[in-house]
Amino acid sequence: MTTFNRDAVERRVLGTLRPLIIGFLLLITLFPFYYMVLLSFRPLESVLQDPGALWPKPGEIDFGTYRDVLASQSDGGQGFLNFIKNSFIVAIGTVVLSLLVAIPGAYAVSRLEFFGRRQIGAVFLGVYFFPSILLAIPLFVFFTRIHQRGTLTGLLVVYVAQVAAVSIYMLRNYFDTIPASLEEAAAIDGCTRLQAMRHVSLPLAMPAIASNALFVFMIAWNEFLFALLFLVEKRDNWTVSLGLSQLAGSIEVPTTVLMAGSVILTLPIIVLFFLSERWLAGGLTAGAEKG
Amino acid sequence: MSLGQLPAGAEVEAPDPAPRPPPRRGRSARAREDRRIGYLLISPTVVIVFAMVVLPILWTFSLAFQHVRLLNLRQTGIIGDFNLDNFEAVLTSPGFVDALITTLVYSVAGTTCAIGLGLVAALALRKPFRGRGLVRACMLVPYVAPVVAATFVWSTMLNPQFGVVNHYGTTLLGWDEPIAFLSSGQPISPFGFDLHVSMSLVTVVLFEGWRSFPFAFLFLTARMQAIPESLEEAAVVDGATPTQRFRYIVLPQLLPTIAVLTVLRFIWTFNNFDDIYLLTGGGSGTQVVAVRVYDYLINRGDIGAAAAQALVLAAILAVLVTVYLKLFGRSEEVA
Repeated sequence: MTTFNRDAVERRVLGTLRPLIIGFLLLITLFPFYYMVLLSFRPLESVLQDPGALWPKPGEIDFGTYRDVLASQSDGGQGFLNFIKNSFIVAIGTVVLSLLVAIPGAYAVSRLEFFGRRQIGAVFLGVYFFPSILLAIPLFVFFTRIHQRGTLTGLLVVYVAQVAAVSIYMLRNYFDTIPASLEEAAAIDGCTRLQAMRHVSLPLAMPAIASNALFVFMIAWNEFLFALLFLVEKRDNWTVSLGLSQLAGSIEVPTTVLMAGSVILTLPIIVLFFLSERWLAGGLTAGAEKG
Repeated sequence: MSLGQLPAGAEVEAPDPAPRPPPRRGRSARAREDRRIGYLLISPTVVIVFAMVVLPILWTFSLAFQHVRLLNLRQTGIIGDFNLDNFEAVLTSPGFVDALITTLVYSVAGTTCAIGLGLVAALALRKPFRGRGLVRACMLVPYVAPVVAATFVWSTMLNPQFGVVNHYGTTLLGWDEPIAFLSSGQPISPFGFDLHVSMSLVTVVLFEGWRSFPFAFLFLTARMQAIPESLEEAAVVDGATPTQRFRYIVLPQLLPTIAVLTVLRFIWTFNNFDDIYLLTGGGSGTQVVAVRVYDYLINRGDIGAAAAQALVLAAILAVLVTVYLKLFGRSEEVA
């Protein structure tokens, strides 16, 4: 009978704990972002007077913070519009270039027999366990010496090199799942290797390419260390991440204005994430709903 | 998400492609063509990774053995006057050992928090309910959000003057005074034990747990879905209670995943620069080696010493990971 009792007690305790834990997890994951949005709409004085307010008072909502943060410095703002432009250039450039490099690379590693094919994956992956601060030192020195530190191009090249390996890894796994027989059929019809790749495997790999593109975009948009090392002296070239981190230290810019900057930095990522969540975590959460 | 981190959806263990049968004689022309195209297609990647990753890493070795400062940078060549001065200076400099200990504490505690919280979340969201898909997606938000925004909002929330945490801490929880979560270097001593750990270090560890638990959650959830239901159903029939089922059925199935997660999270936390730099700037007892390397590189302009420290960091990491794999690598295969 003791076992039965223990079972009933455990079920009851865990049954009550479970919703509490889920509530707690939702609170810690979502509240900081809610608070970010909240503060971006409240005037600074009222935040200082009433720091505990969890929603804005009626009539208190103020969009002025967004105007302040976006406007260029010459118009008395913080110039985030320019930072957004820089972030987009770097992120989209990284996506395009890394896909151009990684799609053929992944295809080769997955499909073609050549010397060193197996080793290449391991070497590339090993790169990811290196401290990025270690890599940052020589790249900092190198780009300083060729006078390319401070340019978006320099940052772009570094980003492409950093994501190329992980892109190849993701895409190769997908190419591996496409049956080789499809291409062999195309070969019998007279296609060369490259034609078969372009017309058979590439269209089939589109879902993986799209999710890889999103993933690379997120990495480049969020990246901080290299942006800090490369661009910090050139305010015109700051990315949103770098701009926010640099202004966060100054006393002159009100916290609420910077919160508007945080929302601007976070929003594209959250939107992309919820649009593509099924793709990105697809392999893992697939089948989760059948319960 | 730092540059180094694997995509959330990628598998941890690289599945080795199945060995192909050797090409038959009639296909040797095709095989030769494949080899040629293979080199052609992989070469752009090899070139860029070699130029921007492999060579720089090798160059770090060269820099670490020379006197290179930001000021005399333009005169320094690849080959210079090599010596061990940087390593000697770095290893004996005050604060290096402290930074190393801080790095270890931060990595071990941060990894434990992240995996622990990830496990709790995965277990809590195991049974289906309405809206579970959305809740699961929300769990991943801290991991995908930009690190600069996440650190900024947390440091505002923890601000002693107008932070929401201190406001409710003092009004609702009865704290005597606001806690300087991110700038207090005082060692905390709960129940009179002096832990030699500052409040700020505890805060950055908890932040690491918050930011990285989604990664563990994702992998553990995926692993749990692969556990056959019949196992647990049989255990229920045999009268196993929920905790017994967890202890004897679910946990053993999760251990290999937890082992892999431990290695990955430990490596990434050990190398972490962004979070601590942005939260505390390395002040009040939170200076980890990565932040110290940055300080040497930028603030002191001592490139040689920075390179030497980064190499020491990488070497220690390599040793720790090797020891871990030696100790647990075997048992994982069995498990």
